[in-house]
Amino acid sequence: MHLEYQVYEADFVNAGAASSAIKKTLKQLNVSPQIVKRVVVALYEAEVNAIAHAYGGMIYADIEPDKIILKVEDKGPGIPDIDWAMQEGNSTASPEVRNMGFGAGMGLPNIQKNVDKLNVTSTVGVGTTVEMEVNFT
Amino acid sequence: MNDFYTKCIAQTIQRLNNQQFNDMEKTPFFHALKIDEDTCIGCSRCMKICPTEALRVRDGKAVLMPDRCVDCGNCFKVCPTRSIYIEQDDFEDIFNFPIRVALVPAVFMGQFPNDITVSRIYGILKDIGFTHIIEAESSIPVYTAAKKKYAAENPDIKPLISTFCPAIVRLIQVKFPGLTENLIPLRAPIDITAMYIRRKIKEEMELKDDQIGIFYITPCAAKIAAVKNPVGEEKSLVDGVINMDSLYNRVYHEIKKQGHGYKEQKLPVSQLSADGVLTSLTNGERRLSDARHSYSIDEIHNVIEFLEKVENEEIEDVDFLELRACDQSCPGGILTCDNRFLICERVFGRARKIADRERKGEQTKDHELEEERNYLMRHMKVGEINPRSMLVLDDNIAVALEKMKKIDEYRARLPQTDCGICGAPTCDALAHDIVCDNAELTDCVFIQRNLEARGNMDVHESLKIMEVIWGKAKMNDYVKKK
Repeated sequence: MHLEYQVYEADFVNAGAASSAIKKTLKQLNVSPQIVKRVVVALYEAEVNAIAHAYGGMIYADIEPDKIILKVEDKGPGIPDIDWAMQEGNSTASPEVRNMGFGAGMGLPNIQKNVDKLNVTSTVGVGTTVEMEVNFT
Repeated sequence: MNDFYTKCIAQTIQRLNNQQFNDMEKTPFFHALKIDEDTCIGCSRCMKICPTEALRVRDGKAVLMPDRCVDCGNCFKVCPTRSIYIEQDDFEDIFNFPIRVALVPAVFMGQFPNDITVSRIYGILKDIGFTHIIEAESSIPVYTAAKKKYAAENPDIKPLISTFCPAIVRLIQVKFPGLTENLIPLRAPIDITAMYIRRKIKEEMELKDDQIGIFYITPCAAKIAAVKNPVGEEKSLVDGVINMDSLYNRVYHEIKKQGHGYKEQKLPVSQLSADGVLTSLTNGERRLSDARHSYSIDEIHNVIEFLEKVENEEIEDVDFLELRACDQSCPGGILTCDNRFLICERVFGRARKIADRERKGEQTKDHELEEERNYLMRHMKVGEINPRSMLVLDDNIAVALEKMKKIDEYRARLPQTDCGICGAPTCDALAHDIVCDNAELTDCVFIQRNLEARGNMDVHESLKIMEVIWGKAKMNDYVKKK
């Protein structure tokens, strides 16, 4: 099953809409609550990243009987050093974004903690793609 | 295409003889809310207001899906013909026991005008048959202590959610299964008080368990369901339930008989603390909690909105949630007998008086049930509270995925008007019902019109479908002048 959602730059008001929709779907599929929680937390982080740090983007979700594959593709400044960004506390966020309570440098590490597979690719000046997989069993 | 719709119509009509929903065959959950089929006019108001989409209309009558209902009572409030009623134990049942205890919540005292004293109400309760009276919130000090202890022992569970309101416990089980582990697995105050009073009477009077009947005076349907079918426990500690409105009538009748200028005999009343009196009001638990970040939220739709965010972890760093299904909490219960704001103010007024006495040292705080505190603290836990999601389409994910794809296909064909003419509350609910074999696409009036326009359905067939959903009586020829 394939789902798509668009997110817009700086649209903090609607941050979490895609995670909510996917949560509802997974609950109907009888995926265990613990796993649903991991998916939602990881996706919410990625969704907020695309809203806060990039110029918006697309979220693609493919649900298979044994796992969910998520792809968050943003157009944005990109991440120059992914390994650096994967460490807790490191952030490229502007002071403005930090003032709103985002940009603590916990985003990617928090995603890492909640997914079974993570692949981040980025081109500076073009955008970042975060691919995640969570197994259901 | 043609065949598909012909099959749909045939199946809809066949359903006339089979009104049961597939869900119903699963676990039978006890519900205090019942529908009187003889008086139900099939208006669908209840179906539209239900926060868990637990009602449908079939053959002109509201039908309850027991797996989804959380006993919140919203349907009861909107029913224009009072066809949704609340089953209660027969009042005469109290006389099956030599010792008859009334377990009275503070909100009951709030039903009466200020000039009617608590002591006078106690007197009347004794006159009509009770031998002992104890206020349900007597256990609040020990309940609060147990909650604090549980919070200290489980610092990783965030937020902890109070189990005070039984409708909320059921709502979380069916709609937020991921949050069941956040529920504080402790007995409710009424059960703790029941446990205490039973032990005390047994010891003092040297009686057996079955000689003591404890009857709770309930302001809502959810408490009845909690007594008849407790979550996380095998058997309730309460023997029966009496609806607050019916007891109010009995008590008020006695007050009227006593007439004006009645000189009451002062009876010793239980010295409920101000904290205890306030517990069943919104913020009643939160004000006693040491949690750094906590919220108290009342009214079930507000609670649902908030829990969606909690479940997504959009709201972080919350330690404690006090959630109540009714607006203004228990004063808004469906069995209370006055306006909820008036009841709140009366309860507040009583609490203010008690707080005054507490300040002057005329009444000690937190003394209640002190002698049994250790015993009660040891018997506070309930068993596991398990999720029982109403959303699950199938236990097998692959099958559920197939069903979900079908739901999406159906949803795309439906008009998204949520008109309810199909007998389901929303287009999405209809799509869900179709996939679970409880409805057909041709139940939708928009689809029927389209099929008629194409010549794939004749008007008598569509009228027949309407009759299956709304019953014969509603299919009168309304055009003809009566």
